[in-house]
Amino acid sequence: MSTFVIAYYALLIGGSCLAAYFKKRELFLLIFSLTLVSFVMGIIGGVGALRFVTIAAGILALAAGTSYAFREFLIIIAPEGVAKELRTAPLTAAFGMFVIFTYAIAGIFAPVIAPFGEAEIISSAFAPADENMLLGADQLGRDMFSRIIYGARNSVGLALVATTLAFVMGAFAGLMAATKGGWFDQFMGRFADVIMSVPSLVFALLMLSIFGTNLIVIVIVVAVIYSPRVFRLTRAVAGNVVVMDYIEAAKLRGEGDWYLIRKEILPNSTAPLIAEFGLEFCFVFLLIAGLSFLGLGIQPPTADWGSMVRENATLISFGELTPLIPAAAIALLTVAVNFVVDWMLFRSSGLKEV
Amino acid sequence: MVPKKDVLLEIKDLRIEGYSDEKWVEIVHGVDLTLHKGEVLGLIGESGAGKSTIGLASMGFARDGCRISGGSIEFDGMELTTTPESALRALRGSRIAYVAQSAAASFNPSHKIIDQHTEAPIQYRIQKRVEAQEDAMQLYERLRLPNPDEIGFRYPHQVSGGQLQRAMTAMAMACRPDLIIFDEPTTALDVTTQIEVLAAIRDIVDQFNTAAIYITHDLAVVAQMADTIKVLLKGEEVEEAPTAQMLDSPKEDYTKSLWAVRSFKRPQKQRPTGADAIPIISVQGIDAAYGQTKVLDDVSFDVYPGMTVAVVGESGSGKSTTARCITGLLPPTKGQILFNGEALPPRYQDRSKEQLRQAQMIYQMADTALNPKIRICDIIGRPAQFYSGLHGTALKSRVDELLDLIELDPAKFYNRYPPELSGGQKQRVGIARALAADPKFIICDEVTSALDQLVAEGILKLLDRLQQEFNLAYMFITHDLATVRSIADEVVVMQRGKVVEQGPKDEMFTPPHHPYTDLLLSSVPEMDPNWLTTLLDERGTDAIGEAANV
Amino acid sequence: MGDILQLVLKRLGLGLVTLLVVSILIFFAVELLPGDIAEAVLGQGATPETVAALRDKLGLDQPAILRYLQWLGGALTGDFGVSLVSGVSVGDAIGERFVNTLFLATYAAVIAVPISIILGVIVALLRNTLFDRVANVATLTSISSPEFFLGYILILYLAVKTQYFPAIASISPDMTFGELLHRTFLPALTLVLVVTAHMMRMTRAAIINLLASPYIEMARLKGVPPWKIIVKHALPNAWAPIINVVALNLAYLITGVVLVEVVFVYPGIGQLLVDAVAKRDFPIVQACCLIFAATFILLNLAADVGAILTNPRLRHPK
Repeated sequence: MSTFVIAYYALLIGGSCLAAYFKKRELFLLIFSLTLVSFVMGIIGGVGALRFVTIAAGILALAAGTSYAFREFLIIIAPEGVAKELRTAPLTAAFGMFVIFTYAIAGIFAPVIAPFGEAEIISSAFAPADENMLLGADQLGRDMFSRIIYGARNSVGLALVATTLAFVMGAFAGLMAATKGGWFDQFMGRFADVIMSVPSLVFALLMLSIFGTNLIVIVIVVAVIYSPRVFRLTRAVAGNVVVMDYIEAAKLRGEGDWYLIRKEILPNSTAPLIAEFGLEFCFVFLLIAGLSFLGLGIQPPTADWGSMVRENATLISFGELTPLIPAAAIALLTVAVNFVVDWMLFRSSGLKEV
Repeated sequence: MVPKKDVLLEIKDLRIEGYSDEKWVEIVHGVDLTLHKGEVLGLIGESGAGKSTIGLASMGFARDGCRISGGSIEFDGMELTTTPESALRALRGSRIAYVAQSAAASFNPSHKIIDQHTEAPIQYRIQKRVEAQEDAMQLYERLRLPNPDEIGFRYPHQVSGGQLQRAMTAMAMACRPDLIIFDEPTTALDVTTQIEVLAAIRDIVDQFNTAAIYITHDLAVVAQMADTIKVLLKGEEVEEAPTAQMLDSPKEDYTKSLWAVRSFKRPQKQRPTGADAIPIISVQGIDAAYGQTKVLDDVSFDVYPGMTVAVVGESGSGKSTTARCITGLLPPTKGQILFNGEALPPRYQDRSKEQLRQAQMIYQMADTALNPKIRICDIIGRPAQFYSGLHGTALKSRVDELLDLIELDPAKFYNRYPPELSGGQKQRVGIARALAADPKFIICDEVTSALDQLVAEGILKLLDRLQQEFNLAYMFITHDLATVRSIADEVVVMQRGKVVEQGPKDEMFTPPHHPYTDLLLSSVPEMDPNWLTTLLDERGTDAIGEAANV
Repeated sequence: MGDILQLVLKRLGLGLVTLLVVSILIFFAVELLPGDIAEAVLGQGATPETVAALRDKLGLDQPAILRYLQWLGGALTGDFGVSLVSGVSVGDAIGERFVNTLFLATYAAVIAVPISIILGVIVALLRNTLFDRVANVATLTSISSPEFFLGYILILYLAVKTQYFPAIASISPDMTFGELLHRTFLPALTLVLVVTAHMMRMTRAAIINLLASPYIEMARLKGVPPWKIIVKHALPNAWAPIINVVALNLAYLITGVVLVEVVFVYPGIGQLLVDAVAKRDFPIVQACCLIFAATFILLNLAADVGAILTNPRLRHPK
């Protein structure tokens, strides 16, 4: 038994005793079950497994600390109304906002941050990391780190454009359908059903096989695939507003559809729609990443996370982590957006959970 | 004095907090309550008085988002505030039972009524399943449910509202508790159904000598049920006294004002006569249907300028549908509607701006009638701008004028949003929006039924004043006969889509009536503690179950 | 029971119509090609003669509507035409691979469905505890990760570094069942991770949604213990949304399998589709799309019928 292992267990057992003494029931359960799990893991995985747990705990603590600091920072700089909302944000949401903020910076200032160009070949293929290249080189000898930074701009930018287009189409159709009702509503509903009854990835593959893989095709195809989802949600949200007496009052006053949508319905539907935009972005982002991974998305030499995973996948069989980094970048952003959306949905549902 | 050992429930200085806007706010401020064995205590108050919260607290229960923050609740020698949850659970259903407001929502749709009934007795090992079922059937019989042997084996949605409410009372009785909390058990029911439920509850509580806390906002109902009445206001006790004493000589001003609400009455106007007197709205023989279901059958009545016609009936009688036909939301399948002698197009989309302007509507729920995201000045200003083309300072002065009319200070309310207003204030804004169009005719759809009595009275007085000032004609849809008495000139009684009787108000309130009108009138509880007993004697107990089917 | 039968039949009819419309969409989407199929497949280097020959072979001189009817008639009997690239029958190329895909999806479903419903109920019971929050973060993370990320992590740690399982899920017909399960464990586990997280969250949400109902409060006021409230009073009313989400995830298993098959080089229909798309082999693409869409529609149909059958109001009409 090394000193590390002794210190490890001493810390955990000491922690659970303290938690038990101060009657922090949940904390005690958490630490103690971690202790028990560590026994099993220690026996199976040896010291390495325990070190892994320690590192993971350290990273979690660091992330929690950063999130806490970032939330306090936002509360201070935000205006009064927003600050009040922000105070209710859990640490996960703060973490999400921090990550989104970081990605935004990386995307916007990519040429400044990245030490090399995205297509610039600077060394031999799969060169290991050195003081020049933070993460080593890819299969053509381009700087991995620079390509990841540029990827933030390309992959996220493309997904944002596609989501926005899907959103504009879906939301407009949904609002119109809810306001007009009747056959238009029926027809749009059926139409959305048909598009949604083809799995999104399969639909995208079909369209790309026909129209080829250029950026405009990708954006339009993805927007068409996802707009029915937005349509359904907008229709449902607006449908709840349309039955209100104030809409009836406005209709009986003789107001037109456009006035109803703009002044009466839209202001009462924004909160769920913003949350839906976040969710939609996650779907679109994952779909485009999937397409790129299959070699059908953004084409080389443009840096893109999905295709970077595929291009460097062979390294995995040598036990290298590098190809996982762009994949992790995708996952991290999606997780971050989901954390924020989760919080917003909780807020806007107004539902105090039991 | 009753000796101390007979005390079943003793609450002292009870404080309850509710969670809102990220902090805990006290909503019950130190209420005391003593209940003896076999006693029925009526808890009465307006919405927000904390009556349900106190009722639940006497089971040691706080809803999610509420917590008991102080005081003591002693039930039969047991301090509920410090008792662990598992021991409290053993108390609930066995020694303290609860009857909820809406039986339809409070029965689980997935299980048969009798299985839900026997759940508690089986769980507490008081009875075996078969015994418990037999006992349930006996209770159903005592509560005069039809087919007591069979009704329990139905699912909740297969049984009517009044019957479900009685089945729920039977369920509360399953373990023969010492105390039952009745939380507004008849509020969701029609008046004619209410009677049977009230009678059944009173009988069974008497028979088993169960103590009860009866929560309601309806004075006349509580007068029938309770031995003692406690009046609450905003989480504080106003006063408590035996029922008869409380009704005859209330001490506090607030209680007196509650008692006085029903006194507002204005003189009845006569129809204008002469050749040039034409009704502003004339409904002529309309039929209407939702899909295949016919909901209106040959409905006709007239509304003359400056007069109020009350349309009365229970839920499903078609009174709101009639309003939808008049406004053009639901085109009638037969008949027509004349405005000032001219036929209106059946669909509102085909009506001219001028026709739309002349007829306005005020809604029951002010919460859903006002867009929460639009400022008061824009809500009221929009009709003025839309119909009269006012803008700039002319529009502002018109809005100020309208706010003055509804007795809200323009300086204070001009820039507010609806959620910042109280229920009564919102309803006033709804009235101002209707007035802004400068109409001749206004449909008032249950405008006072969601409001507390004092506030409702204020709205009625305001409507009356506006009618005199602008010679408005009202169509007043309501199920509340007290409202009819105070404001109507003429009454139309509807039942199942048909007009059963109509005429001037004074005639309608003096016999002889159509049998349905008679039933409706006699079913409205009165402030006399013996009213229910007298009524039941008159009608005969057997008639109760069938009363609603006349 | 007449009402239920009518509802179910109506739903079935609607499903059929949807499938028909989707088949039209899939067939005529290819007609949108700039030029026609022959030109698109052969590319710019083709001589007019070869293009004409291919046109002739595909019967492109016939009107599109006629070709659609032929295609649809063939599809109903399992004949999807021949591959433009290899010339083999599409039905043969798909047949065995479709079975493999179904096997993988079933493997994952058998593990994922029971686990996720049980975990979902447990999390609902422990709502707002630390355990619930940890589960929330973990499931969100799992849902947010692209399948290839999870797949490669599993390969890295369970195949390359520890050699517990093979990294490449190649299978052959002569393997024993146990061997088969071992070979395909990693792709199945990847799918399980993604769908379990989703189903668990939805089960929890469906139950918690119901906890605000008055009949749950009534049960609490009758002294019913918490676990019984969830299992006896909430769960029976939550079946409809749970069945729905299970069906949705099963459908996802069939289609989301595309990426997983590519990561693990598994000989399924997904990989065939991806290859065909790259080679613009339209008969195969169309056939795969139709099969995926049909599975998807079928499962959604099953979910709707399930929801109808578990609704007490419909099961016990007045």
